[in-house]
Amino acid sequence: MNDHTIIAVVATAGAALTMALGAIGAAAGESRIGVAAMDALARQPDEASSITRTLFVSLAMVESTAIFCLVIALILLFANPFTGTPGG
Amino acid sequence: MQLRIFGDPVLFHIGPVPVTETMTTSTVVTVVLIGAAAIVRHMVRSRPQHWLAVVAFVVVESFDGLVEDIVGRRQAIVATLAGSLFLFIVACNIAGQLPGVHPATGSLATTSALAAVVFLSVPIAGISTHGVWGYIKHYFRPNPLLMPLHVISELSRTLALAVRLFGNIMSGHLVVALLVALAGFLVPTPIMALDLLIGLLQAYIFAVLSTVYIGAAISAGEE
Repeated sequence: MNDHTIIAVVATAGAALTMALGAIGAAAGESRIGVAAMDALARQPDEASSITRTLFVSLAMVESTAIFCLVIALILLFANPFTGTPGG
Repeated sequence: MQLRIFGDPVLFHIGPVPVTETMTTSTVVTVVLIGAAAIVRHMVRSRPQHWLAVVAFVVVESFDGLVEDIVGRRQAIVATLAGSLFLFIVACNIAGQLPGVHPATGSLATTSALAAVVFLSVPIAGISTHGVWGYIKHYFRPNPLLMPLHVISELSRTLALAVRLFGNIMSGHLVVALLVALAGFLVPTPIMALDLLIGLLQAYIFAVLSTVYIGAAISAGEE
């Protein structure tokens, strides 16, 4: 195995791990947000519009950690600074 | 198949300045938005009963209400900024669904520029409300030791704004491209519908978050 192969193997494994672990955290967080929103909706159906807006904003903020992981994984796969491939 | 994630192909040069695809798309979107705004403005002035004028009233009123909910009082300038950001991002995301068009918000340069606008608006709003010293003072509350944390939080939330929008739009486009390559015609249609929803949602979140940041600067010293 030359250096290039080792870097490719490690980068692919790193991208897979990044995506898997990042998705675990975001999924757990989003499920908790969903549970809390259902609870609040059941208690106060009149506040549905306010709760839904806060729900979407907090979902997107938690989701962004998974998106960061996705960006890192894509950098590792397609624009890896150590293999010399140009971005894109 | 050509996957484009971080690159931005240069279409042509104007003198020494390279004009990339993203610049072209965002300029076209801006021109279309300004043209639509001019038409709507004319409608509001001359025929306020027309449905276009009613839609314009509803949009402006909803942004005023959003800012009132978040900041606590009506701020026409903040509502203007949030509304402009929302309309531009929505227009870019929807334009990205057209065949052959790469969405301008799927480029890190565009989203960084939008996040930089928000980053600069925060101290401007704070200083115009509390004065220079009153705004700087809130960095040293509740304890001067926490000043670095305030600075880091402002920088990291700007980075998060930029990368969140870029990652969502780019990944949606990438999934559609992969599905087209793997499965072909009509299979990616549900994913494209999801992309439309995500585009609207991310634009809304960008607008809401920028309003929250500016509102926090406006009400910084009032607790």
